[in-house]
Amino acid sequence: MKAMVCVKRVVDYNVRIQVKPDESGVVTEGVKMSMNPFDEIAVEEALRLKEAGKIDEIIAVTIGPQQAQEQLRTALAMGADRAILVQTDEAVQPLTAARVFAELAGKEEPGVVLMGKQAIDDDQGQTGQMTAALWQRPQATFASKVEIEGESAKVTREIDAGLETIEVDLPAVITTDLRLNEPRYVKLPDIMKAKKKTIDNTTVEELGVEAAKPLKVTRTAPPPARQGGKKVESVQELVSELKNKGLI
Amino acid sequence: MAERDVMEYDAVIVGAGPAGLATAIRLKQLNSDTEVCVIEKASEVGAQILAGAVIEPEPLDELLPGWRDNPPNMCVPAGKDEFLFLGKSGATRMPLPPQMHNRGNFIVSLGAVCKWLAPQAEELGVEIYPGFAAADTLFDDDGNVAGVRIGDMGVARDGSEKSGYTPGVDIRAKVTVFAEGCRGSLTKQLIRRYELDEGKSPQTYGIGFKELWQVPDGRTETGRITHTIGWPVDRRTYGGGFVYHYDDNRVAVGYVVGLDYEDPNLFPFELFQQFKHHPQIKRLLEGGKILSSGARAIVEGGWQAMPTMEMPGALMVGDCGGTLNVPKIKGTHTAMRSGMIAAEHLAGDELSPRGYDAKLRASAVGRELYQVRNIRPGFHKGLWRGLINAAVETVTGGRLPRTLETRADWSSLQKVGEYPAPERDFYQRDLPPKDRLQSVYFAATEHDEDQPVHLKVADTDICVSRCREEYNNPCTRFCPANVYEMVEDEQGLRLQINAANCVHCKTCDIKDPYEIITWVTPEGGSGPNYQNL
Repeated sequence: MKAMVCVKRVVDYNVRIQVKPDESGVVTEGVKMSMNPFDEIAVEEALRLKEAGKIDEIIAVTIGPQQAQEQLRTALAMGADRAILVQTDEAVQPLTAARVFAELAGKEEPGVVLMGKQAIDDDQGQTGQMTAALWQRPQATFASKVEIEGESAKVTREIDAGLETIEVDLPAVITTDLRLNEPRYVKLPDIMKAKKKTIDNTTVEELGVEAAKPLKVTRTAPPPARQGGKKVESVQELVSELKNKGLI
Repeated sequence: MAERDVMEYDAVIVGAGPAGLATAIRLKQLNSDTEVCVIEKASEVGAQILAGAVIEPEPLDELLPGWRDNPPNMCVPAGKDEFLFLGKSGATRMPLPPQMHNRGNFIVSLGAVCKWLAPQAEELGVEIYPGFAAADTLFDDDGNVAGVRIGDMGVARDGSEKSGYTPGVDIRAKVTVFAEGCRGSLTKQLIRRYELDEGKSPQTYGIGFKELWQVPDGRTETGRITHTIGWPVDRRTYGGGFVYHYDDNRVAVGYVVGLDYEDPNLFPFELFQQFKHHPQIKRLLEGGKILSSGARAIVEGGWQAMPTMEMPGALMVGDCGGTLNVPKIKGTHTAMRSGMIAAEHLAGDELSPRGYDAKLRASAVGRELYQVRNIRPGFHKGLWRGLINAAVETVTGGRLPRTLETRADWSSLQKVGEYPAPERDFYQRDLPPKDRLQSVYFAATEHDEDQPVHLKVADTDICVSRCREEYNNPCTRFCPANVYEMVEDEQGLRLQINAANCVHCKTCDIKDPYEIITWVTPEGGSGPNYQNL
């Protein structure tokens, strides 16, 4: 059984995000990019499933610019067997990504498609669900535990009330949550070996997928600057300050 | 114990700064069959590079002809130069010393330059691995350097192995090139081991601070370069500021304080912040915002402090050996050139480092450093005598038959009470950052808290006893990232080391008066993540 792992190139989580002066988006020039951390968890889970003998091939896929190859190389260095880059220079919306992944899933016929529950850049959290719908297969989202037995997967999900365990028939889409695992450190010799693994290049057009643009970004703004605190001398002063601010 | 992998190369280069990358590129240009590997402790190339930076382009022209058609980000031609003597509110224009003319030079972000050099090196076949720190040097049975050991990943704070523990690989090479930058942690050990500083003057340093600002429209003049001396440092302390104007309303503002300062209560970070509040500077910054900030030690010892740059199986390039030209306030061109000279030497002599030191000293780098060797040490006697000495040395072109001695920075602090505390006429500050912790935020520094503390203090009893009395714990002030704090709790007074804040500047390793702080590499990929510094 194959596993297809979808990864996204995003601004690294350590970067102090800066909004462009014209508010059209965030600055990415000269900014460190890396694999979406939730997707890294998805890659790690695929590796563990492979090590447990549940699957025998891991295909890492991404959709993005040419440089998104770097993230595929990371997945390959972690242990994925091969990779596919679906190139586009346009900003990718969740529906486009889902169409691409469903198309690739149709071609590659994986037993399981793994991806992060959301990407840390746009926080949409839709791609996994839409991929499952378009591929017409079950989905198990926000996974914190994955067990594959034969033709089905038992998945523990993180939900508001706690944990929920469901069983889905395979093939299925599983989106990964933070507590599922801790990704491994990439080893230097494996990075070197990853340079020799194949990355197939294709484009959105070549796949025959229509790019979707239902979403329009109207404005990007930084969070309001935090106002400094103030020390008060007494409870009376505190009460009157709060009243002045209309808080009580 | 997991198995340790071994990788073999012809040359392994420690550090992907300008010196290391220039070495790598030149080695490949001269012989594409040479297997070259560069390792870098930062999470990506350029993320821990901090420099002014106005650079002389000649080495780049030689190394990569045609680079001007494809320049790095944040690269503008140098424009108008000015040199100011500051009082607290006034500024006097000074004649520009010849070393400080910048016509034909470029204002760059050295981090962006390195980030731009790396793929060009990779195209030539150099393998670059960021996120891996060289933690130890490997030696062969004859005592020659044989490569480096990468630090282990996944070690807990108490030294035990975490679930993801991954031992670092050994990289073995015919020649190891140390390009660690100022006060390299391995270079420091090797200088001792091979006594490379024998007969040399002690190495000396400064601490440099830098912030990149986005300022309101209409205030910048792309290419403008301002250097200052005078306020806010007192006359007995060596220090100066800079302001460089990029395009798109961006300016770099920075300050350097010589680490030979004597006042135990000096607070370098505060001096930098005060400098920003000088009316000349403040009117530029007010209403703007900080894009990134950081700090880094700068090597200032020059010619007489430069250690022997070769040892059995290895050599040094760039600032870990101290190739910076202080009067020019530039080290990138000499660092790159030292790398190119090293590569040419190695390629011509079957990768043997022997003879490189002599070649470097006889080269343009050596000549340049020799000529200005007496300028920086002249400032030990204060600002005025330093300036007069600098003028004499400049006029005579360094031909006077003398070489001034330097002294180690750790030894220069005077004891509390013995140093007449100068009157510090400071402003009430209102520009960001408020304090060092806010400043560290803009350095985007990151260390997994659950790893061994990478700042080794050999004897913390001294901190609460002798050091407190004699020097009032200067580590709590000279560290730009507030790593060292004296805290009082149930157990009494003790030193607390906030290692996760560290920006890898190495000042503590240099300035601590008892020489008991040792900076070692943390887990690979840790540390600041500078953007365009």
